[in-house]
Amino acid sequence: MRPISYRDCERNITLEPGTQNMKPETINNNFKTEEYFVNMGPQHPAAHGVLRLILTIDGEIIKNVEPDLGYIHRSIEKMCERDSYQQIVHLTDRMDYLSSHINNEAVCLTVEKALEIEVSERVKVIRTIISELTRIASHCLWWGVMGMDVGALTTYFYGFRDREMINDIFEETCGARLTMNYNIPGGLMFDIHPNFVKRTKDFITHFKTKLPEYDRLLTGNVIFQKRTKGVGVLTKEDAISFGTSGPVARGSGFANDVRKRHHYSAYDRVDFKEALFTEGDSFARYQVRIMEMWEAMKIIEQLIDTIPEGDIKTPTNAVIKLPKGEYYQRVETARGELGVYINSTGTKNPYRLKFRSPGFSNLSVLDHITKGAKIGDLVATMASFDFVIPDIDR
Amino acid sequence: MMMIPLNITKTIHDWLYSVMPENAASITEMLLIAIAYLALFAVAGLYLVLLERKVAAWFQLRLGPNRVGPFGLFQTMADALKLLSKELTSTDKTDKFLYNLAPFFVITTSLIALSVFPFSKQFQAFDINIGVFFLIAVSSIGVIGILIGGWSSNNKYAMIGAMRSGVQTISYELSVGLSIITMVLLTGTLQLSEIIEIQRTGGWLIWQGHIPAIIAFMIFMIAGTAETNRAPFDLVEAESELGAGFHTEYSGMKFAYFFLAEFINMFIIASIAVVLFFGGWLSPFGITEGITWFPEVLWFLIKVLIIIFLMMWFRWTFPRLRIDQLLTLEWKYLLPINLVNLVVMAIIIWLNLTF
Repeated sequence: MRPISYRDCERNITLEPGTQNMKPETINNNFKTEEYFVNMGPQHPAAHGVLRLILTIDGEIIKNVEPDLGYIHRSIEKMCERDSYQQIVHLTDRMDYLSSHINNEAVCLTVEKALEIEVSERVKVIRTIISELTRIASHCLWWGVMGMDVGALTTYFYGFRDREMINDIFEETCGARLTMNYNIPGGLMFDIHPNFVKRTKDFITHFKTKLPEYDRLLTGNVIFQKRTKGVGVLTKEDAISFGTSGPVARGSGFANDVRKRHHYSAYDRVDFKEALFTEGDSFARYQVRIMEMWEAMKIIEQLIDTIPEGDIKTPTNAVIKLPKGEYYQRVETARGELGVYINSTGTKNPYRLKFRSPGFSNLSVLDHITKGAKIGDLVATMASFDFVIPDIDR
Repeated sequence: MMMIPLNITKTIHDWLYSVMPENAASITEMLLIAIAYLALFAVAGLYLVLLERKVAAWFQLRLGPNRVGPFGLFQTMADALKLLSKELTSTDKTDKFLYNLAPFFVITTSLIALSVFPFSKQFQAFDINIGVFFLIAVSSIGVIGILIGGWSSNNKYAMIGAMRSGVQTISYELSVGLSIITMVLLTGTLQLSEIIEIQRTGGWLIWQGHIPAIIAFMIFMIAGTAETNRAPFDLVEAESELGAGFHTEYSGMKFAYFFLAEFINMFIIASIAVVLFFGGWLSPFGITEGITWFPEVLWFLIKVLIIIFLMMWFRWTFPRLRIDQLLTLEWKYLLPINLVNLVVMAIIIWLNLTF
């Protein structure tokens, strides 16, 4: 059978009730089954956004998964070619909105690298602390949604309870809760609020008691383990050849943490373990994220007491012009490796700007590892991948 | 047959027979009882929905409905009114006859099943001598409504949901039936009022039958939760997989019928558990035995609510099973355990080891 294309699904197939896609000669044969298409999305509770999956299913068994993107394409990369470098930072919030601070940081780091500006130690440390808070907030949301996708609705509220505290800290720091725009090329927009250190410490104390609660509610649950262990297994070879990154790759034993391997900001001076599991199934990816939350807390604890004094902004020209050339910088967002490639011709706009988003590469694995699984498995696997659709579809 | 000799009903009964011929009075009485039951369980269904929302809120660090009326008591009433006033829409290619029939199948069977329960000594519409059998028979009709509802909607999600429901309900009915039969073996009668009378002298059946009865109760709770299509067995309407499952294409009051039927089914399962294991309307340790004015129906409702709370607890804590795990659980674990349990119960009765 030839692979199912996009066009096949576009064909308007009118059906009588009950004879789903059956040809007349097969109706009499009671035991012959036939595959049929189901559009999962663009509006579907498990997609967490406007992702459309064209499923070919035989009863409950999935034969083929074809992701169809473009429902939330805003041509951010093209818009970047029009904007100045300060403006580009604001667009990156809208990509992976759950790690907005880290996206901002990626662009700022690239521009600083091109201009050969050295930001102060204070900026580096604050950026790192807020990045890790962002990571915890993102993983809290993911944890809630993961539980919800496998059917445990209560997790959602637990995750949001703790995420709310981080959002409050962000709100006090820069006025925004989600799309922060706290970074600018050359430093930070404002200094941290006087309450920042205290509230962050309070949060860490609070979250240290709440994270074991997550384990008690979901991780140890027999049904949850049955639903995720051995489901959606991604081998290390595939993880590397499909270009996956972040928790998805580390769940398969592919150690590729950018924070560890290509230091940026203040990650060179903190001690943390790279969360690494080798099973490659949905449960391994789950454990990686839980462990990352513990490690993020460890990083914050190491830095929060010793935020050095210094300028929060290294002065740049009002109109930033990058020297002619190509620049690339990678950071580790909550979903994996985000790369920013800037090709400059020496003007105030980039000639070409490309984001290497983690979600896009991770999504490409989905068809490969869910073939032959059940519909429920697909949902559990998707949840463990933690897709943010605007990140995949810029 | 019609036996509600409470004082008020006695007055109505006498009055009806005095003003009209015997047949007409009998029919009028039946109609009145039917209307009373319908009204009662519409209200019961609505308040179970409210209870579920409140329980969910307690589990989820929320307050729950608290705006309409005191403590949100009229919230579900308002919801029902909204659903009543909504337009009933359907898609073009539905099978109109089956599509319209399905919700009535589901709600009617639920309400019929309720008619045999002895809510208290005097509060029972039918006291038939095959009460348990009647319950099993009637409650298995409900799945037909779900199947034809999903089938006639001409929606792929609805059809997957309906097929899952068919597989699930038919499988778990075996376990429900077998665990009930285990208890029937102990009581030796199918009549629900007699089952309760037996417990008046010898203690609740879960005490009388000890080990096999406790196993039967656990299996009954698991299978009963599965039969009402509630989490962790809510694959029929798994919202993260199928949108809304079999009732995706239903709107307004037809949707409300499916929705209410789920809650009334939960009430039925809890009521069966109370009658078969926890002594029905009997008070614990006979504490209100001698008090004639005490409404025994209260004990029945308290026990039912405790079991319903247990089922809600399941729902808001556990993740959902996958379809193959669901069937493995039934056919490879529950059913063999159940059969062995039945034999154990028989041996215990034979050796006279019951309390």
